[in-house]
Amino acid sequence: MSHNTLVEIRNLSRFYGALQAVRDVSFTIRQGEVLGFLGPNGAGKTTTMQIISGNLAPSGGSVTIAGHDLLEDPRAAKSQIGYLPEQPPLYRELTVDEYLDYCAALNHVPRAQRLQARDNAKERCGLHGVGRRLIGNLSKGFQQRVGIAQAIIHLPPVVILDEPTVGLDPIQIREIRALIRELGKEHGVILSTHILPEVQATCDRVQIINKGELVLNESIEGLEHHMKSASLTVAFHRPPAQESLEKLPGVKSVRPEKDGRMHIFHEAEQNPTDIILRLAVDKNWGLYEIRPGRLSLEQIFMELTTDAAADDVHAHAPAITAELTP
Amino acid sequence: MILTVALREFKSLFLSPLAWSILAVVQLILGFLFLSRLEVFQLYQPQLMAMDSAPGLTEIVLPDLLGNAAVILLLVVPLLTMRLVAEERRNRTLALLFSAPLSMTEIVLGKYLGILLFLLVLLGMIALMPLSLLFGASLDLGLMASGFLGLALLLAGFAAVGLFMSTLTQYTTVAAISSFGALLLFWILDWSGQGTAGGNWLAYLSLFNHYKPFLEGVFDSADAAYHVLLIVTFLVLSIRRLDADRLGG
Repeated sequence: MSHNTLVEIRNLSRFYGALQAVRDVSFTIRQGEVLGFLGPNGAGKTTTMQIISGNLAPSGGSVTIAGHDLLEDPRAAKSQIGYLPEQPPLYRELTVDEYLDYCAALNHVPRAQRLQARDNAKERCGLHGVGRRLIGNLSKGFQQRVGIAQAIIHLPPVVILDEPTVGLDPIQIREIRALIRELGKEHGVILSTHILPEVQATCDRVQIINKGELVLNESIEGLEHHMKSASLTVAFHRPPAQESLEKLPGVKSVRPEKDGRMHIFHEAEQNPTDIILRLAVDKNWGLYEIRPGRLSLEQIFMELTTDAAADDVHAHAPAITAELTP
Repeated sequence: MILTVALREFKSLFLSPLAWSILAVVQLILGFLFLSRLEVFQLYQPQLMAMDSAPGLTEIVLPDLLGNAAVILLLVVPLLTMRLVAEERRNRTLALLFSAPLSMTEIVLGKYLGILLFLLVLLGMIALMPLSLLFGASLDLGLMASGFLGLALLLAGFAAVGLFMSTLTQYTTVAAISSFGALLLFWILDWSGQGTAGGNWLAYLSLFNHYKPFLEGVFDSADAAYHVLLIVTFLVLSIRRLDADRLGG
């Protein structure tokens, strides 16, 4: 294990009865990294996070947190994580200060340092001024922040946040994202969400999970590369025959669109833009539009998680839904 | 760490009106019973004075008071224990404890200890009533100690059963009614087969039969062991049940 690998997950799987919610998932989280965990509803995001946080026992596989095996040495492993579940575990009848003090005590923060730990967490989550208010009377956004404060009060190396921005207004979402980025500088953060722009805004690495399996594990830069897919969109006033474009060097295929535009797919290393431009002028095709094709994260997500794609990829393993339908 | 959970549990009890109203109602009813029993003693005092080896003040007032207290608390303890785990499960706050570096044993013992602290307060307030007689009379302190030890053991058993029932469900009312049912059943087990002479195992299991000797001032270690066994059994069951939460789906 490398020096700064914080969490190592190997061949994790989990059954609910006959239903396999997570199958054979492996990944790692390094220090100073925000890992975005994406997937449609019911894909196994929450289950995976519950397992890492020790709330759920895995059916198979291992979780190692900062060198401690979660199953063999749960106490040491759990002291290295802070966890915010989908629904923040807040005691509504306590004040924010009382609650955070309790969380600090539960996580073995020494008595002398609790006040400082509490102030620090409140400072980072923008909770000054509400310390003496009852949690039950706070707005949803503030409750969410208390939830995050709870997860970071003992300065754990690993912070696990399950859909931290659900139900917040846009300004609060921006603040929480900034906070997550901030956390990602020193801690390792796992963030689950189904909001795609959130991943692009906050994460260093993206994982997409579908039907319990990891279908993508890529850094944000790698993803950018993915998204600049090898294609061009062109439009002509006097379009040439499709074959004449297909014969150009590097072009793999040409697909005409209904509106007269054409998609040209080419080899990644051989961009035919120059040639097309030159030909268009020479042969008077009347070129009026040419732009690189670009997949959005959403397209990649759809591609990887729609049933057709998933079934193609995993044709060897019968899909869960197929087993369940009579 | 157990103490952290216990103190939080204890303080949280007093954040809701439930604990206060329980303390008030129990005190009111037992105060009334205590005074009426005292009245009886005053009424018969002249006759008692004339008798040889007549029962003393403590013997007349205390067993009756503690016997009634046990029945009332049989109703009340389930109300205290019902929220222990059921409410946390319902509000999904259990995740806080599960993801903290705590073992299941620590969680269960912490919660149990929190309730015991509260029951100790309750017990102290009940004890103040007979103790107030010390101002004007002498008491059989040995009998009193034995009686209160019995009540303490009994309440600890009630709490353990209640805690277990609370781990079974996410509905506090279900937890309350099932622990009440279980306790009542344990209480009345000795009603069955009263005619058969001795060796009735159902009657042996009855909580009541292991409480009565304490009230008569008899400390039998077998009775104490019965209570301890009951407590340990239900605590272990609670730990197992919470562990199953993590394993099951």
